[in-house]
Amino acid sequence: MILTFPLILFYIFASVLIASSIVVISSRNMIVAIMFLILAFINASALFVLLGAEFIATLIIVVYVGAIAVLFLFVVMMLDIDIKIKNAVNRKRPILILISAIMFFEILVISNFSRVKYYETKTLYPINQDIGNVESIGKVLYTDFALPFEIAGAILFVAMIGAIVLTLKDETRYIRKQQISQQVARNKATSIEIVKVIPYTGINL
Amino acid sequence: MNIINGIEQQNFIIVSALLFCIGISGIFLNRKNVISLLMSIELMLLSVNINFVAFSVYLQDIMGQIFAIFVLTVAGAEAAIGLAIIVVYFQNRQTIEIEDASSLKS
Repeated sequence: MILTFPLILFYIFASVLIASSIVVISSRNMIVAIMFLILAFINASALFVLLGAEFIATLIIVVYVGAIAVLFLFVVMMLDIDIKIKNAVNRKRPILILISAIMFFEILVISNFSRVKYYETKTLYPINQDIGNVESIGKVLYTDFALPFEIAGAILFVAMIGAIVLTLKDETRYIRKQQISQQVARNKATSIEIVKVIPYTGINL
Repeated sequence: MNIINGIEQQNFIIVSALLFCIGISGIFLNRKNVISLLMSIELMLLSVNINFVAFSVYLQDIMGQIFAIFVLTVAGAEAAIGLAIIVVYFQNRQTIEIEDASSLKS
């Protein structure tokens, strides 16, 4: 195997990605975990740039780092969580690690010994090498995938409304209703005040 | 086409599988709070995205990248709803530890 420059870059980005994601799941400090989550996202976006998918790389930066990670940071800082460090060892931990290790090696074996021939796969939307990445995504996304695109927008809209409805505590503050008892109970003494106005001075309300 | 920029597709599949297994073990091993569980889910969605984009590039088919956009959408919606639920839960119970969340147990 020839160690070309993109391959070295790939190894650097992939190892930082894996290391920072291990820190994410094992760190006790939430802020540290979120910072390493951001590092993992940035490295994944670098991997996408290496692949030549610039649009997805930009989207990862914008959506994950700009929106999701900042949302996590907001929630962690707002909630003021103090995590009691428990020294009780989880007894099932070796078994659980074993399960994920087995899963990883199964994926590895399958991907090593699969014999899918590339010329047998059918390409539905082939990449046109003459136009750029963004243009070729847009040409498919806004024509053949227009309906799924709008459904994705609807999903985001529903998520936004759901988040607002869930976190809105006091709904009566925002709804103005007619309260007949208050209207009937009004009388002259509570609603009218007679003020003597001195000329050229105005009144102090 | 099996090699782009001198990188084989195998490498990307291995990285994505490792990331997915790290995310799953994060969900398994997590005993602290729900936020790190959500972060593990985000890691798993990221690994799925890496797989989609790698296959899209190596098969010369743009469809994988379009599907990655939809995965991103779902990840955003899921993070928003999950964090809203966490905020409401914290307001009610003053804790977000997983072991305390057992009120659905009959």
